[in-house]
Amino acid sequence: MDLTFSAEERAFEQEVRDYIAESLTPEMKRATALTPSVFSDPDIGMAWQRALHRKGWGAPGWPVEHGGPDWTPAQRWIFEAECARAGVPNVNVMGVKMVGPVIIGFGSPEQKNFYLPRILSGEDYWCQGYSEPGSGSDLSSLKTRAVRDGDDYIINGTKIWTTHAHHANRMFALVRTSDGERQQDGISFILIDMKTPGITTRPILTIGGDHEVNQVFFDDVRVPVANRVGEEGKGWTYGKYLLEFERGSGIASAKLREALKTITDLAGSEVTGRAIEDPDIAIRMSEVEVDIDALEMTELRVLSALQTGQNPGAVSSLIKLRVSEIRQAVTRLGVDVIGQDGLAVEPARPFYRLNHEPAIPEELLPVVPEYLNGRAYTIFGGSSEIQRDIIAKMVLGL
Amino acid sequence: MDLTLSDEQRLLRESADRFVAETFTSDHRKKAANDPLGYSPAIWKQFAELGWLALPISEAHGGLGGGAIEIGLLMEAFGRGLVSEPFLSTVVIGAALIAERGTEAQKQAILPRIAEGGLTLAFAHSERAARFDLTHVDTTAAKTTDGWRLNGSKIAVLDGAAADQIIVSARVANANGASGKLALFLVPAGTPGVTLRDFARLGGGRGCNLDLRDVQLPANALLGDGSDALPAIETVVDRAMAALGAEAVGIMQTLLDTTLEYTKIRKQFGRPLSANQVIRHRLADVAMQVDEARSMALRAALMANAEPVARGRAASGAKAKIGKCARFVAEQAVQLHGAMGVTEELDIGAYFKRLLAFDTLFGGSAHHYRRHAALSGRVHA
Repeated sequence: MDLTFSAEERAFEQEVRDYIAESLTPEMKRATALTPSVFSDPDIGMAWQRALHRKGWGAPGWPVEHGGPDWTPAQRWIFEAECARAGVPNVNVMGVKMVGPVIIGFGSPEQKNFYLPRILSGEDYWCQGYSEPGSGSDLSSLKTRAVRDGDDYIINGTKIWTTHAHHANRMFALVRTSDGERQQDGISFILIDMKTPGITTRPILTIGGDHEVNQVFFDDVRVPVANRVGEEGKGWTYGKYLLEFERGSGIASAKLREALKTITDLAGSEVTGRAIEDPDIAIRMSEVEVDIDALEMTELRVLSALQTGQNPGAVSSLIKLRVSEIRQAVTRLGVDVIGQDGLAVEPARPFYRLNHEPAIPEELLPVVPEYLNGRAYTIFGGSSEIQRDIIAKMVLGL
Repeated sequence: MDLTLSDEQRLLRESADRFVAETFTSDHRKKAANDPLGYSPAIWKQFAELGWLALPISEAHGGLGGGAIEIGLLMEAFGRGLVSEPFLSTVVIGAALIAERGTEAQKQAILPRIAEGGLTLAFAHSERAARFDLTHVDTTAAKTTDGWRLNGSKIAVLDGAAADQIIVSARVANANGASGKLALFLVPAGTPGVTLRDFARLGGGRGCNLDLRDVQLPANALLGDGSDALPAIETVVDRAMAALGAEAVGIMQTLLDTTLEYTKIRKQFGRPLSANQVIRHRLADVAMQVDEARSMALRAALMANAEPVARGRAASGAKAKIGKCARFVAEQAVQLHGAMGVTEELDIGAYFKRLLAFDTLFGGSAHHYRRHAALSGRVHA
């Protein structure tokens, strides 16, 4: 057993580091540091996606025939860790990490040829149509209906919490095409052009002051049957496959470590009156850091299992739960570190393009919005309560 | 980067798991609880035959040259069976102190005997006024014409009464009588001036408190060359905490397994306890904390040979986190067993108490989060 990477892996790490150094612009870096929402705005995020694509690194998890770089699990780890360390933009994952794998796994050859290159290049910008006002964690109760009419479906209903729907030109959605015995039956997975007549989008502001999510309405929206992925009525299976990706995807510990470092640096600086001199703050930092150490080790155990071709098991729910809780702990610490400067609300966005002098130092601006927006971490992608249900069932066999 | 076990390590784990499951039954534990020695010399002999006592000792001194991972595998198995043999005292701590500090002659004299099961050790370091501060030693060692004279008091000496020799830490008075460096001394059982107050240890095994009154020792009782022993003590205690963390993981896993079974069988209001979401979620949290503890114990073992600050941060991080997880897992295991959980009729209580003992040994969570913060340059120690 050892924790060290091989000479080839070290060389790869250097290559990643070098490429990031030459392609990550100061503007992208600053924008990322000053963005308190989950994803970077598309101009920033897609600029980075294009930079990765130029290098052939646009979709680390994809098979090589669709443009993946054919990395080992260790290389993916190193790549993610270097990206986190450098503070690269948070590219919207809906394309590369979510709809991409479903199209690769279940799409037709035409769908693969059309959509996959456009995801890689950043030409298409995707959003996810899963949740509905009446269907949150109980996703399979969804009611948005697609009725067959010749070669089209006619879609009526509404989707909610749709991240970046106001930026996206495409949506992948779960819609009801029939009523089965179980509510999971009769759901289909469909790709929708957001410019199709009958689609309207309503912004929803979250408590941190950011416009990231939306409600999307479908009013007799006509979508070709050819846009259905896989079989009619099998959408639940495909959607679950994707949720597994959402839960298990990526390496979270490196990003969390950087987020903690940002807060630690603020706490050590005059800008917070050296908050770190408060021993309670210092010890809570150690508590959070140790939690990140444990998470990182669990991720490495998964990585090691993947490297040797073993099945890591149902740990992705354990990881999702801990990641969301630790992210919240980091943001909570941030609020306590900046103290009364957290009282100043800056409603304008984005923080990196304000055309006025903010009331507090720029680097403090995202701290409170990150905490407030971060309350969603334990809710989206299956709430923590749902994750505990899954752990009880899948990990503990209850 | 490879966290899979080698074939030898897998075999070690399998044989340890099997031996522990067959030997350390509930009945065995109940008998051992009334044993004044606290462990079975016959089983200790079997440990030697299995090569476990030789495991971390270097090949040059009759050992197998294993490391923290192998120790962790054994300790996890020992945790599952609440083993009370003095493995930690003699092998993990005692042999390591000899290896770190001893002269070549001392190593040759002691380490092969440990490996073959012919010698047990204990470590007397903690003092009441020190709490968990390893640097705080009031026990003194004064140079005499032909050796040393020790005075002081020690607490929480694990397996001290049964040990053939006790390694005692003391502060050496320098030329003008002020206290100087830390030193370690080998004190054979029965040395005049040593008073032992033996006690049954919380969670199994024995411990003792020690009074040293004008204890006369020969010159060669000093372990090593007289340089400051603190770095060696810190190294060995950090590694001992990693080993204890692995033991705690074994205990926690057993509590989780046992509690899962119980909640499936126990019926109330016409259905098993495990049908209730509040129980299922609690068990999910217990499982998650066992898994986090497992990661931290592994991490501390992998960092056992790192430079002192990194090693110390990993060891203290693990001790703090596993201690916190251990308290939660132990308390939930009792809670979910209901009233039966607070009786001596089930094993749950014994496992609970061993975890409580784990948490306080070498310092609890609060102490180790503080040490972690200090080693990270966040607070002063």
